[in-house]
Amino acid sequence: MSVASVSPAAATQVKTAATVQTRRKSKKNRGGAPLHPEDPQQRIRQHSHGENVYNVFNIIFFALFTFLCFYPFYYLIINSISNNAMSAAGQINWWPSGIHWDNYGKVFQLDGLGESALISLGRTVIGTALTVLASAYLGFMFTQQKMWHRQFWYRFVIITMYFNAGLIPAFICMRNLHLTNTFWVYVLPAVVQPFNIILVKTFIESIPSSLQEAAEVDGAGELTIFGKIILPMCQPILATVAIFSAVGQWNSFQDTLIYITDSRLYSLQYVLYRYLNQASSLANQVKASAGSTLNVASLATQQTPTSIRMTIAVIVVLPILFVYPFFQRYFVKGMFLGAVKG
Amino acid sequence: MSQQKATDAPATDQAKAATVQPSLATAMAATSKPTESLESVKEYQEKRRKAEGKHHWNDEKRHGFHLFLLVSPLLLFSILFSYYPLFGWVYAFYDYQPPIPLSESKFVGWQWFTMLWSNPTQLRAIGQVLLNTFGISGLGIITSFFPVMFAIALNEIRSKWFRNLIQTLTTLPNFISWVLVYAIAFALFSSTGMVNSVLQNLGWIHKPIHFLDSGSHVWLKMWAWSTWKGLGWGAILYLASLTGIDPELYEAAQVDGANRWQQIIHITVPQLLPTYFVLLMLSVSNFLNNGMDQYFVFQNAFTQEHIQVLDLYVYNIGMGQNSLSLATAISMLKSVVSVILLWAVNTASKKIRGVSIV
Repeated sequence: MSVASVSPAAATQVKTAATVQTRRKSKKNRGGAPLHPEDPQQRIRQHSHGENVYNVFNIIFFALFTFLCFYPFYYLIINSISNNAMSAAGQINWWPSGIHWDNYGKVFQLDGLGESALISLGRTVIGTALTVLASAYLGFMFTQQKMWHRQFWYRFVIITMYFNAGLIPAFICMRNLHLTNTFWVYVLPAVVQPFNIILVKTFIESIPSSLQEAAEVDGAGELTIFGKIILPMCQPILATVAIFSAVGQWNSFQDTLIYITDSRLYSLQYVLYRYLNQASSLANQVKASAGSTLNVASLATQQTPTSIRMTIAVIVVLPILFVYPFFQRYFVKGMFLGAVKG
Repeated sequence: MSQQKATDAPATDQAKAATVQPSLATAMAATSKPTESLESVKEYQEKRRKAEGKHHWNDEKRHGFHLFLLVSPLLLFSILFSYYPLFGWVYAFYDYQPPIPLSESKFVGWQWFTMLWSNPTQLRAIGQVLLNTFGISGLGIITSFFPVMFAIALNEIRSKWFRNLIQTLTTLPNFISWVLVYAIAFALFSSTGMVNSVLQNLGWIHKPIHFLDSGSHVWLKMWAWSTWKGLGWGAILYLASLTGIDPELYEAAQVDGANRWQQIIHITVPQLLPTYFVLLMLSVSNFLNNGMDQYFVFQNAFTQEHIQVLDLYVYNIGMGQNSLSLATAISMLKSVVSVILLWAVNTASKKIRGVSIV
């Protein structure tokens, strides 16, 4: 870290060494940081030519890769709001042109898209709420030494992380439980998540136990302690659990594919997949319905297979794009906690 | 589990001892005659305390069981969705045709398992599937050091806002579904997609290149998509470990005249190795579990031969061709091998580094 954080003027690395040096000095002084002219690090950096070349390549690599990660989303978004004819002809690559919002209004006229958006939203909200509550509750309960065979039951739950019966047995099981073709098949299997329980339990173990003891002296039972003391204190970790679970629910595709045949229960991801494979017929469907109701559909806003695909893709990705930058630290924390679990 | 029993045994012994003592004491207290009032008060107090102690112990036990009862509804979820499906493995030993219930299906023993290698057509199919699984997983493992390099290189970028921007944007693809990745692939690489139309407009090609609907370089393309999706996110863990390195190490190295490259090789890399090792071991144990989503969405008539990994194959024959028993047999083998792999990798990890990874 020290290597990287010394210079605040990294954006200017392409410039000559001398300019970099002066800028760094002035910035450092302004920032009030002590200046060490004899700092070997600065000397090395200032003189090494190969290092500058390396820095330039490094920045070019990262700029390119970052562009590759970001551009596809940008491409989808500008194409979904641009002139549909130009978009279909592949002319919209850098800037939107002929901006209009018709596509978004029209795709919701497609059979089942609104319903599937509700299903996806519903499973995300309900599924996340349930798994957050269950993880918090179990994570807390498994810290209670008094519980009858606590260690055994804890391991009983955690060990399920390491084996998997497989796709077909899971399908047969869901069918035997009469869960196929119901909304609950989306949320119930995800309620008890061993990994989340480990996260919460580890977090609760870091809370001083004197808090709970004090509450017990005052006559509070476990449930009161859980609701009044532990749950509020666990908010940071529960935010992490919630955000991972919500993204997982929103992105989940396989369960619809396997357990659901009723089209009213399709998730948005599944609908997107279907539309990707049959967008041309859907464009006709939109054209037909638009023709009957509106009569006037200019060429620019007439739906094409391309416009429909891109618009639905944007609808599916937008929640993630909006949520992700604000909650990035929770994601990172979850990842880090997951790594040091044990 | 055995540990659990071992630790439980002394606890119950103590508990028994605790039950015996107070009851003896109370019995003795009851038989002894109260001669003086002071003594009787003392005795009474002792009796009460002992009785309370006994009562307290009972309470504790009941309380512990009560706690268990409070948890049990959620344990039921674990049983239903993780343990109960294991029961589905019995379908691998029957000739199960969906509308006919299991009880009326014919018991065939290990027939589905032996069929996997006795039938030449089946053997060729499963061989190709295994080859694909090994190929795609192998590519992932060979390039598993990419996130390490990514993190080290990113750490060399000095501007904080630029580093943060890179980190945010490169981790974004990790959070979109494979369906959406396919939507992107379709928008950019289909025969009417952006790449083809740009290349054609430039006059570099005259016929569209088949990126998605061709059977060549499928493993490599799948690897490229997973890397696109996972590289930035994979680096985050290493970036976190990088911040934990003691700056004094670098200062000492600089005093010794080490340049940046030497610092990376001799300080940064060794510090990241433990994390890398654990993740490598985990990916080895997941060798057979490629997941299905990615290969399912990119699957088409052209790519199918080289894209079918075990997970997808199980889906295709189970749900697509409706041979649930054969699919179950393959799933079952896969699960068992995976657990063995995990165990082996864990044992190896304990031997090599003295650290358990699970």
